[in-house]
Amino acid sequence: MTVAVNPTQAGEPVFYLADEHPHPEGYSTSLGFWIYLMSDCLIFAILFATFGVLGGNYAAGPAPKDLFELPLVAVNTSMLLLSSITYGFAMLTMQQNKTAQTQMWLAITGLFGAAFIGIELSEFAHMIHEGATPQRSAFLSAFFTLVGTHGLHVSCGLIWLVTLMVQVWKFGLIEANRRRLMCLSMFWHFLDVVWIGVFTFVYLLGVLR
Amino acid sequence: MNTDTHAAHADDHHHGDSRAHGSFSTYMLGFVLSVVLTAIPFWLVMSGALPSKQITALVIMAFAVVQIVVHMIYFLHMNTTSENGWSMMALIFTIVMVVIALSGSLWVMNHLNSNMMPIHQMTGMK
Repeated sequence: MTVAVNPTQAGEPVFYLADEHPHPEGYSTSLGFWIYLMSDCLIFAILFATFGVLGGNYAAGPAPKDLFELPLVAVNTSMLLLSSITYGFAMLTMQQNKTAQTQMWLAITGLFGAAFIGIELSEFAHMIHEGATPQRSAFLSAFFTLVGTHGLHVSCGLIWLVTLMVQVWKFGLIEANRRRLMCLSMFWHFLDVVWIGVFTFVYLLGVLR
Repeated sequence: MNTDTHAAHADDHHHGDSRAHGSFSTYMLGFVLSVVLTAIPFWLVMSGALPSKQITALVIMAFAVVQIVVHMIYFLHMNTTSENGWSMMALIFTIVMVVIALSGSLWVMNHLNSNMMPIHQMTGMK
């Protein structure tokens, strides 16, 4: 941002924007969206802290060792990682103005994301079926809150992804859609970053405990 | 308004675009690094290759931190110049808040009993 210093006022610099010029639509969207992601990061930090404090309180119930199946978590992690790289390919083809290919990569990203949610839901269903419900212990309350919040974010990302595919299908890769795809790109990669924390601190360290 | 300031403003108008874009090779490099950085911690925990649990825990936490940095650089295209440095400022602020919230919560909650009156003194109080 340029702070204009008017040279005619001898020796008296002006410390404000002398000229509030018009900005093109959406020029500050990516910074604003980044700040939203940072605030989302704080939500996850608090949930991680809660899990860190309560993660050892099993109330004589099942412990991570009894519940978590690491091969399944590894598959889940790879689903999310693959969806990240395919979204990257969608962004690259978008920059080359290849609408059909962008749509194809978005669809593949959506499938990987849906697979992730499907595996996570089946894991939750299996745990609840075994009596490991959120009400069972403080550890399970914290677990379902943290991992469930992440899953909810991914689900919202999927809805957003489908919405954008419809937008691109109807209006093409117009400037507004490019901006939206870039925001979703940041959102999607951010969720993958949060998942790194989840699989390390919840699953791997939980099984180690 | 002279032409110099106009030129500066014309530059400013690109900030929407100033977020760096990746290329095929940087995305693939990030992906390969992520796969390696994910596979090693899973392997360490599942095989129990390291002798002590403490060492394994420290190593997988170190891998997580490195992988987060890899994602930030190769997927989220973080650098110090995008948005005139404001996205980096927001990130650093967030990291400070996250570290305070996490370390503070764990530290305080794990030492809750340290300054409590011992039970035998409490029972003597009327």
